[in-house]
Amino acid sequence: MTDELTTGWTADEMMTVAAARQLRDGAACFVGIGLPSTAANLARATHAPNLVLIYESGCLGAKPDRLPLSIGDGILADTADAVVSVPEVFNYWLQPGRIDVGFLGAAQLDRYGNINTTVVGGDYDAPTVRLPGAGGAPEIAASCGEVVVIVRQDLRTFTERVDFVTSVGYGTGPGDRERLGLRGGGPRVVITDLGVLEPDPVTCELTLTHLHPGVTREQARAATGWDLAVADGLATGAPPTARELAALRALEATKSDGRRP
Amino acid sequence: MAKLVSLTDGVAHLVRDGDVVALEGFTHLIPFAAGHEIIRQGRQDLTLVRMTPDVIYDQLIGAGCARRLVFSWGGNPGVGSLHRFRDAVQHAWPRPLELEEHSHAGMANRYVAGASGLPFAVLRGYTGTDLPGHTTNIRPITCPFTGETLTAVPALRPDVTVVHAQRADRNGNVQMWGITGVQKEAVLAAHRSLVTVEEIVDEWEPVPGQVVLPGWAVTAVAEVPGGAHPSYAHGYSVRDNDFYRDWDAVSRHRDTFRAWVDEHVHKAGAPA
Repeated sequence: MTDELTTGWTADEMMTVAAARQLRDGAACFVGIGLPSTAANLARATHAPNLVLIYESGCLGAKPDRLPLSIGDGILADTADAVVSVPEVFNYWLQPGRIDVGFLGAAQLDRYGNINTTVVGGDYDAPTVRLPGAGGAPEIAASCGEVVVIVRQDLRTFTERVDFVTSVGYGTGPGDRERLGLRGGGPRVVITDLGVLEPDPVTCELTLTHLHPGVTREQARAATGWDLAVADGLATGAPPTARELAALRALEATKSDGRRP
Repeated sequence: MAKLVSLTDGVAHLVRDGDVVALEGFTHLIPFAAGHEIIRQGRQDLTLVRMTPDVIYDQLIGAGCARRLVFSWGGNPGVGSLHRFRDAVQHAWPRPLELEEHSHAGMANRYVAGASGLPFAVLRGYTGTDLPGHTTNIRPITCPFTGETLTAVPALRPDVTVVHAQRADRNGNVQMWGITGVQKEAVLAAHRSLVTVEEIVDEWEPVPGQVVLPGWAVTAVAEVPGGAHPSYAHGYSVRDNDFYRDWDAVSRHRDTFRAWVDEHVHKAGAPA
């Protein structure tokens, strides 16, 4: 396996690799199921073998050798440093700020990184689409040292206003997190299938800072429901290395293997 | 001491129409067999409480047992949406479903307060979200020592909590291990409790990381091997991930769902 750059990968693979690269070795990372779990386990399989994965089921330091389908798969308990109760994981570990990185997805996201996973369209009592809801996300977004968001970029998702604030990013702009008393740092980076967005240090507005190889800024702007700010030094990120791609595909191949006793 | 009962008798005596019912189990040890027995016995107007109303509550909601749902995450883990839950919220089928919605941290603390004999719990949570705007059960509170504004949520006190565990002895002392979620708190918060177990043994060996519910803190225990399927019991079975994946298609349409309940709940009957 080499670090040579590759071709022939998909946009989702690029997104997952880009998200994995955001996780530094040794960090404690609160992981949701789906893309965050895949990216976190890819990081652990490549550059961050000491990444501490924390699942809200109470598994601290889980080291799965295959991708779990749910946050409570047996492989997580079997490989964890400790299995604690659900009240404990939220009260003792998340709430005091012991977790470095929270990894979240979104059904809708606005320019300040506020996230909706509750309802879309209509009103709350009669929504067009009822989504799963909050889960652990509001307090992950509030209390982790920083938040990494991983989400596919399109007009349905990247909206001028979210229909419901399930998890707070930067609220309505600078100073809002401090005013609300949110002690974590908020969204540091948003990884999409088109590129990477980071909050402007002054305005807190999500700004396109990197494109994935082969993607244009016009594509990214066309997939965004607000007038997307673009960084002066807009760069193109590195494609997946052969090592990253092989590790990711090996992980994905374990998804169907859910029946190990 | 907990009474040893059959599943049929346990549900008949402990779960009543109109009750506030919590079936807990965080992915692991979900009491599916008890949920199916509640459907078979035709319970109505239940307020269903659960942090993650996944497939088990999709079944109870689709079968028309629920009037109200108190929850924090309603999806099919790793698969997608709950179609019966969505149909109830979006189209009031088979009947309207009232929602009271929280975060996981809020729900977990509500059970802790209930188990602790306190009227409410306090946490750093919900701040800045739209959740407090849709229920009166999330309110700000000022810390009397620091003046800081925190969030209060009322205690959960279910009429009955149902959980599944690995083992019990003949005095109804219950032993569970692996991911034990919020089951201990949910049982201690409830007025009555029913625990289904993989097996009842004369004496159980301690297991690292175990949670024990003393028999005098549990109302009834029923031996129901495999009673967590398609969830699992660590040390006894593995999660049937294929079932969860297949549920997406089964539950997507009302008629396929009804046929499934008819075949796998009603015709299957209660375990012996």
